[in-house]
Amino acid sequence: MSAGYMKKIRGAVISLFVLAAQPAWAEYGLNMPEGVTPLSRNIYDLHMLIFYICCVIAAVVFGIMFWSIFRHRKSRGVTAAQFHHNTTVEIIWTAIPMLILILMAVPATKSLILIESTGDSDLTIKITGHQWRWHYQYIEEDFGFFSSLAPESNEARQLKSGIDPGGIENYLLEVDNPVVVPVNTKIRFMTTASDVIHSWWVPALGWKRDSIPGFINESWAIIEEEGTYRGQCAELCGRDHAFMPIVLKAVSEDEYYDWAGDMMVAVMDAEAGADREWAMDELMERGEQVYSTFCVACHQVNGMGIPGAFKPLVGSPVTTGPLDGHIDTVMNGVAGTAMAPFGMQLNDVDIASVITYERNSWGNDLGDLAQPSMIAERR
Amino acid sequence: MSYADTHEHHHDDHDHKPTGLGRWLFSTNHKDIGTMYLVFALIMFFIGGAMAMVVRAELFQPGMQYVDPQFFNAMTTMHALVMIFGVIMPAGVGLANWMVPMMIGAPDMALPRMNNMSFWILPFAFTMLLATFFMEGGAPAGGWTMYPPLITQLGEGFPFLIFTVHFLGVSSIMGAINIIATIFNMRAPGMGFMQLPLFVWTWIITAFLLIASMPVLAGAVTMLLTDKYFGTSFFIAAGGGDPVMFQHIFWFFGHPEVYILILPAFGIVSQIIPTFSRKPLFGYESMVYATAAIAFLSFFVWAHHMFTVGMPLAGELFFMYATMSIAVPTGVKVFNWIATMWRGAMTFETPMLFALSFVFLFSIGGFSGLMLGITPADFQYHDTYFVVAHFHYVLVTGALFALMGGAYFWLPKWTGHMYDEKLGQLHFWLSVISVNVLFFPQHFLGLAGMPRRIPDYAVQFTEWNMISSVGGFVFGISQLLFVWVIIKCIREGKKADEQVWEGARGLEWTLPSPPPFHTFTIPPKVDEATAHS
Repeated sequence: MSAGYMKKIRGAVISLFVLAAQPAWAEYGLNMPEGVTPLSRNIYDLHMLIFYICCVIAAVVFGIMFWSIFRHRKSRGVTAAQFHHNTTVEIIWTAIPMLILILMAVPATKSLILIESTGDSDLTIKITGHQWRWHYQYIEEDFGFFSSLAPESNEARQLKSGIDPGGIENYLLEVDNPVVVPVNTKIRFMTTASDVIHSWWVPALGWKRDSIPGFINESWAIIEEEGTYRGQCAELCGRDHAFMPIVLKAVSEDEYYDWAGDMMVAVMDAEAGADREWAMDELMERGEQVYSTFCVACHQVNGMGIPGAFKPLVGSPVTTGPLDGHIDTVMNGVAGTAMAPFGMQLNDVDIASVITYERNSWGNDLGDLAQPSMIAERR
Repeated sequence: MSYADTHEHHHDDHDHKPTGLGRWLFSTNHKDIGTMYLVFALIMFFIGGAMAMVVRAELFQPGMQYVDPQFFNAMTTMHALVMIFGVIMPAGVGLANWMVPMMIGAPDMALPRMNNMSFWILPFAFTMLLATFFMEGGAPAGGWTMYPPLITQLGEGFPFLIFTVHFLGVSSIMGAINIIATIFNMRAPGMGFMQLPLFVWTWIITAFLLIASMPVLAGAVTMLLTDKYFGTSFFIAAGGGDPVMFQHIFWFFGHPEVYILILPAFGIVSQIIPTFSRKPLFGYESMVYATAAIAFLSFFVWAHHMFTVGMPLAGELFFMYATMSIAVPTGVKVFNWIATMWRGAMTFETPMLFALSFVFLFSIGGFSGLMLGITPADFQYHDTYFVVAHFHYVLVTGALFALMGGAYFWLPKWTGHMYDEKLGQLHFWLSVISVNVLFFPQHFLGLAGMPRRIPDYAVQFTEWNMISSVGGFVFGISQLLFVWVIIKCIREGKKADEQVWEGARGLEWTLPSPPPFHTFTIPPKVDEATAHS
């Protein structure tokens, strides 16, 4: 354990005793963030309102209870009264809570109607949850990309990595490709998933919404301040549920259009070359990149998988068997397991190169290679 | 009217008991079966607790120190399954087995052979569940809620999980039938339904909840089984199925289930508070109606567990209003308990301390529950540590604290010995302080944005997690003291008389401590002095 942690432990223990001391609060997150959208502020206000109402009720009820505990104790020499029924008070303490609840329900209903008003948006982003990364598709601009945990965090979060997470900026809350949106624009988010249920959550927007295979859920946001907002998957989605963060960058409209233009060019580049023959070393190089993004979480850097949970690729009947079967497994997945159908996620070049990489790494030396054209045939 | 009066006229061999292993294996005696349920729950409590310790150890600081994320997920999943189905439920049934016949003046449960079966299913079911740790693919790691499609990614442990749930359901339903049959048919003459002790009432209602909800769970998991192995697509979107439908069916079971866990706790607290306040329970009738109202409403609020799946506005509003309305009968119960204390003459032995902390801390869980029921706010709270804090307040400082209070309350009756009051109070104070250090900071973590069910977290969550873990370790170790108190009580406790507690009322306190193997073979006559209310 590093010195930083010893300091934190000491800090934690000390603050246990001096929680009331003002400076100790500073680094301890206590409350929900107010967020940067009309919805998030609305939800924050509702949260605080309900919280204060609960505090008042608690003060009254617990006050009476503790008064009773202090006054009506046998050690003070009191004799117990024997009353045990009073219809009037029963009616009173049924009716008053009902009124309070109705008072709470009014603003909550208004909030909910506002949250569900997803119409009239200027920009639509389709968010697809995968095990374990997000895919963002800009519907109007027609481009999309994957967003995965940043490499520094990914390295540090491996079991017994020995890397101090405190030394990594935004540990577990950084991605390779953030999702970029313009400020002061009504954005509609459509969430869905390709494999299991995920949930897309950026606290600064005020809500989370499940992304579910076969469903498309709608939510919206108007972000009023430029900045970088971070969040995480909120629905348990398997082994690396904790490692598929969300980074949302809100920028000015001009900046957004520059970025979107660059993205469209980049997507075209990535798909280029699907119609030519690729050489072994080209495929191996690209395959390693694809593998380290999409496959490594389960099958591991050494291709050995995780015994009992994820199958090894070294010497496996798929990676050392006929090429056809290998392509089929990668494109269509294996039903009932965590092996996803990557045919929908990856382009022809990526699939061909990762298959080639798997057949010629870690002691697998079949020497054969898959061409992008072979993948295209099977689409 | 006391036990001794009838006893003297009937010298049948009702204190003859079988010996050896057979006494327990083939037992049809409600007291022995009750004991077995309670011992089983205690053992499972330490197994489930050990899993929680692994979770808190891994979460002590950011980074992955001890276990693989998949194993971490298995720990959270199995911790929940063990604690819910292996600890709280069996402990509640164990208390019902021991106390219901003695409280209503019956000689035993109505269906003794079935009673034996419903207990002995449990050890086999849990052996099967725990065996999944050693199977290809490991133990269930998709959460105790078993949401598809994730849960169908489980390896060879999958069918074992499903059949464990089936067995637990069979056991619970048999137990529930037995309890209903006993209470409806075997009450002592003169004991009408409105003279039943509140613990008995809460168990009638719990038993009906079990019968209504467990078959729904069995159906849901069977559909999971056929989805994985027999080509159906109930919950598979690609085959025309609906993953969200599972959640609806599951929570139609799952919400009544949380009341199955808490209602017997309400019953126990309603026995303890009047006893140590030396005053009758305030508002007996409204307590019964409030309990029934809670149970009834529990079938109409299930979707508040899944507000974020994307329901239509009308659905979200309905489930929000229905959920909020449960606060009314729950509030009535809390107010009645406080009115029972009011102008009583209270003493604070260990059972009372647990009962008072129950009222206080369960109410805190109730407040956070109300906050969670507000749909727009739930869009932030859902699936964060705020939820974890909420349900541990209602289940640990709620259900578990009430069960422990009940154990201290009736331990002298069961064993014939007083427990060590000083050690009992030490156990209480260690538990109540550490449990708050453990769970209160989790409210802050959740609000600040920490999702639940994650083995590693961003560094800004470090401090509260450390504090929470420290609380967790102390709470875990403190429970060893509980075992020591029980052992010490059985072995060397002072002799207890039949009354045990000065303010205790009800038929069970007319029996000697410990009660003979068979009691009330001749039904007692219930009059004003022995009836509960």
